Amino acid sequence: MSTSGLRLVWVYPDLLSTYGDQGNVLVVERRAQQRGLRVERVDVRSDQPLPTSGDIYLIGGGEDRPQRLAAERLLRDGGLTRAVENGAIIFSVCAGYQIIGHEFINDLGERQQGLGLLDVISERGTGARCVGDVLGDIDPQLGLPQLTGFENHQGITRIGPAARPLAQVRLGNGNGTGDGTEGAWNGTVFGTYMHGPVLARNPQIADLLVKLTLDVNALPPVDDRWYEALRTERIAAATAPA
Amino acid sequence: MADSTQPLSARAKFAVTAGKAAAAVSRAAGRGSGSVIGGKVALRVDPELLARLAGHLDVVLVSATNGKTTTTRLIAEALRAGGPVVSNALGANMPAGITSALSGGAEARYGVIEVDEKYLTTVAEDVHPKIVALLNLSRDQLDRAAETRMLAERWREGLQDSKATVVANADDPLVVWAASSSANVVWVAAGQEWKDDAWSCPACGGVMHRPDDTHWACGECGFGRPAPTWVLSHGQVIDPHGSAWPIRLQLPGRANQANATTAAAVAATFGIHPQVALQRMESVAAVAGRYDVVSYQGRDIRLLLAKNPAGWLETFSLIDPAPAPVLLSVNARGADGTDTSWLWDVDYTRLAGRPVAVIGDRRLDLAVRLEVANVDFGVYDTLDQAIAQLPAGRIEAIANYTAFQDLRRIVGN
Ligand SMILES: [Zn+2]
Repeated sequence: MSTSGLRLVWVYPDLLSTYGDQGNVLVVERRAQQRGLRVERVDVRSDQPLPTSGDIYLIGGGEDRPQRLAAERLLRDGGLTRAVENGAIIFSVCAGYQIIGHEFINDLGERQQGLGLLDVISERGTGARCVGDVLGDIDPQLGLPQLTGFENHQGITRIGPAARPLAQVRLGNGNGTGDGTEGAWNGTVFGTYMHGPVLARNPQIADLLVKLTLDVNALPPVDDRWYEALRTERIAAATAPA
Repeated sequence: MADSTQPLSARAKFAVTAGKAAAAVSRAAGRGSGSVIGGKVALRVDPELLARLAGHLDVVLVSATNGKTTTTRLIAEALRAGGPVVSNALGANMPAGITSALSGGAEARYGVIEVDEKYLTTVAEDVHPKIVALLNLSRDQLDRAAETRMLAERWREGLQDSKATVVANADDPLVVWAASSSANVVWVAAGQEWKDDAWSCPACGGVMHRPDDTHWACGECGFGRPAPTWVLSHGQVIDPHGSAWPIRLQLPGRANQANATTAAAVAATFGIHPQVALQRMESVAAVAGRYDVVSYQGRDIRLLLAKNPAGWLETFSLIDPAPAPVLLSVNARGADGTDTSWLWDVDYTRLAGRPVAVIGDRRLDLAVRLEVANVDFGVYDTLDQAIAQLPAGRIEAIANYTAFQDLRRIVGN
């Protein structure tokens, strides 16, 4: 962690903040502050250089054209790659998830190069859009409770040998590959299709990001009453017959 | 247009009758006003009915993400100074509902029609509007609606070949981009508090620069704010001659002053003086229950509808200051969109220091949102429990679409 406190970077809110993913920034910020950490939040627009000294980088979802523009600008900037080399944590959602992989299909229907920070390749599905509540079991290596989220995408993301699925879905589509995988992770780089926003539905993932930053195994407890009530309700709603 | 009162064909007459019969059956069955089902039946009998019904009217179409029902109402009141008006006043804003509303307009001179954003282009092709009023475009119902910029693009293509005069908000970049394909635009500086859907230039994708509260321009291609001829300024409408006319609405808030400014600009294109238009708008107290103050369980409750982040932002700016109690209700049923993540695009820190009670199907989503915003709140299962816990004072009740309908039903509005 940088000496000034936890440095939280929100990547390109002008292009990638369509689906309430700003909530992920707010949840990490709040939960870190509740642990007595000083949080320096940096919102970086797509015409500004990305700082390379951040601790946690959050990348949200977005529409198809902004996704193309964001990928172009991130690739040209190069800052995110250097940040990962410096040990930074990346947490990306939906369009952001596709961007940090090797390639995706852009709004023009073309293959577009991503940042290659996560060993995944995305394409566009031809079936119905995946919309609805998702329930999954998070990779046991991460030691986290069930994943709950809301998906809204048409992407299909295949995971290569250098990454692992973030979760195995019980309900919903996740990566859209039909094998039940959802999201991907490798070391300090995470990607998911889950909205909700996902860190509001799964505050334990937000805490994981903070723990990885601080290199600690545990954090002081905070009042999780409302998060737990919401999780219980959403998990019950996902499992109830429609 | 207004003088070409061509009689309806036999088929069109039958379609109108069939539609009215279906509406009556629907009403009798307790399914609401029946206007939508009536319109559907009529359109099935005569697919060109909408065009025929509008043939003798001077038509104004009103579209936006927020404020279209209210603005439609304000324009209708203003135009009544010039002749009878037919309007879809209750907000049934897709082709069937519009058809149903217009079928009662044989004697009208003006048709003032609210149109759902997605149907603006197709309805405009049918009814050949004289005026298209565009207020704003922002994110709404994420899991169903087309992307916001795609909507702007559809508007842009549709308006390109229209003969209508477009009365458009110069302060919303997406609206400006959509409207500027038209040869004839009246720009209105109506303001737009919500800016988060317009940081990326709709024309080229460059980053939008906002040197001050008013101006905006793309850093890449130079696309920027056009010079307005009508301006909302400190509660007054400034007309193209520079004369200022005070807005004295019963409806609260800056957004409704913006709606009145647009309505005055529309009325002026029909020769109605802004002073006359604005005076007529003063009669509007509530629109489909919105802004109504009701008495329930011994408490005064003001009913406020906010369906999306931009709407919530405008609503926060009009509610009574702290410590006025606030009630929030959010659902995520079909008509609301089933995704609640938009709650995180609303700045709930604006409620800090107020007593806040939370109800609705998705009260727990809202609870987590408020917890993270560090706002004190209580969560309740019912409206009655919530208002029993709120301290004295008029309650500002803010709800999204179906939650608002629930509130109205409970309080008997
Ligand atoms: Zn531009």
